[in-house]
Amino acid sequence: MNYEVVIGLEVHCQLLTNSKIFCSCSAAFGGEANTDTCPVCLGMPGTLPVLNKNVVNYAIRTALATNHRINESSRFARKNYFYPDLPKGYQISQYELPIAEHGHLDIELSSGEKKRIGITRIHMEEDAGKSVHDASPDGTLVNFNRTGVPLIEIVSEPDMRSAEEAVEYLKKLRNIVIYLGVCDGNMEEGSFRCDANISIRPVGQKELGTKAELKNMNSFRFVQKAIEYEILRQENVLKGGGEIIQETRLWDANKGVTASMRGKEEAHDYRYFPDPDLLPLVVDEKWIEDERGKLPELPDAKRERFMREHNLPDYDAGVLTADKAYADYFESVVKLYKTPKTVSNWIMGELTRRLNEDEKSIENCLIKAEDLAALLGLIDKGTISGNIAKKVFQDMYASGKKASVIVKEKGLEQVSDTGAIEAIVDKTLEANPDQVEQFKAGKEKVLGFFVGQVMKESKGKANPGMVNQLIRDKLKS
Amino acid sequence: MKLTKEEVNKVAHLARLELSEEETERMTGDMNNILDYINKLSELNTDNVEPTCHAVPVTNVFREDVQRNDFTIEEALANAPSSEEGSFKVPKVIE
Repeated sequence: MNYEVVIGLEVHCQLLTNSKIFCSCSAAFGGEANTDTCPVCLGMPGTLPVLNKNVVNYAIRTALATNHRINESSRFARKNYFYPDLPKGYQISQYELPIAEHGHLDIELSSGEKKRIGITRIHMEEDAGKSVHDASPDGTLVNFNRTGVPLIEIVSEPDMRSAEEAVEYLKKLRNIVIYLGVCDGNMEEGSFRCDANISIRPVGQKELGTKAELKNMNSFRFVQKAIEYEILRQENVLKGGGEIIQETRLWDANKGVTASMRGKEEAHDYRYFPDPDLLPLVVDEKWIEDERGKLPELPDAKRERFMREHNLPDYDAGVLTADKAYADYFESVVKLYKTPKTVSNWIMGELTRRLNEDEKSIENCLIKAEDLAALLGLIDKGTISGNIAKKVFQDMYASGKKASVIVKEKGLEQVSDTGAIEAIVDKTLEANPDQVEQFKAGKEKVLGFFVGQVMKESKGKANPGMVNQLIRDKLKS
Repeated sequence: MKLTKEEVNKVAHLARLELSEEETERMTGDMNNILDYINKLSELNTDNVEPTCHAVPVTNVFREDVQRNDFTIEEALANAPSSEEGSFKVPKVIE
């Protein structure tokens, strides 16, 4: 029997606000344990939460960028469960009336096929604290710095049918929140986290199969692998006559498997109810339009503009805009060096290769945009050849020095002085009388040998066009 | 609708309460009385009434996104029954 996989994703984004969602503590939460806490986020009796307005602004912007309808009235609810890193015994979230519903994103697959993925809703909530289980021999240590850090949860429809579709959707969503500046998108550190609901069903069947929820996938690669593994696991269970159990499974990156999260199997009963401490939120047209006015250019629009304004092929525009930092870098270079396709080639070629090798982000690249523009300018001016430029580039990448400085220090200027090149040509011809005879006998191919020798003698610095011409002239005279 | 003893035990478990047989018996009675009382409201016709979750007609109460904190770690941990290295300490969650 052939099965079809059905995937829905829940994405949590930590918002880049200054303060937490319901109190004034820092939302950066990186410091010493329990220093970013106060009576509100510690859940002390008698305290009251007050909503951070910027959290709503960011949620509205994300909702607009992902084609949602924003609810005029929305409400906060309590999600009740016990865990040591949840000091109040409930998480403030949204349930019946989230801030936004009915969104979608269009993704593009490697086959070129385009597909629309529905998004059910976006809601705002607070993050929980962090439990450390192995620091103390006889207890679990709890750090509440992360408690109350604002999150938006973006819940997709079960519209994805392969691991590739899931990864493309995630990449697109992550790119958008980074473009918006509402989330840093860091999967490894958990500021952009993804849970996947996965079920399979026989091809043609309408009803959904029983789903498993996958957690703990902190990179796109792991999302891909975990989903692929889970599809095979479920197929094997069904083919062996077994039944899928509804459960949470954790991806184990070391073993490359998903494993049941035992102990938490007890059916959840969150007993959601409206939080009496927080008043209803009303978002009117004006507020929505204000936030719409603050939206930056989004990836799809930027891609189209790169094609239109910079005459880039669709492929280049797609690659460059798939990461805002690359797109920004490209545009900074193009401002100073006006041949966009050349810039695109260097960024997608040499620069990306080195950054990928070092697993480095373009923000930390030692070659600043103006330095790359200056390097390309040196080629155009004839100061260095394209080949030498690649060597200078490697040097710049490693040292952060400017191209002109490296060229000067290492004496790499292209020699375009006729006299100097002529001297080398003469010397080379003199040293190789046999080859000169061969040329005169009609063997034109030796010309290449002479050019090679002269370039070698000049350490690659002679202007290749001039070398060619001079040798030709001399041999024919 | 009558609440059963099993349902009372489930609610107790969700609240991490351990009830004796006698307490379960008493709570079941009490809870049923409370529910009966609340059910009087069902006698009203609420067809044209919006569900209300707040008694005051106020919306949109916000804080500006300004970070400020003068709470010390000592104050944070002052009421903790147990703490270690600046963290709250609880019985081991994972063995």
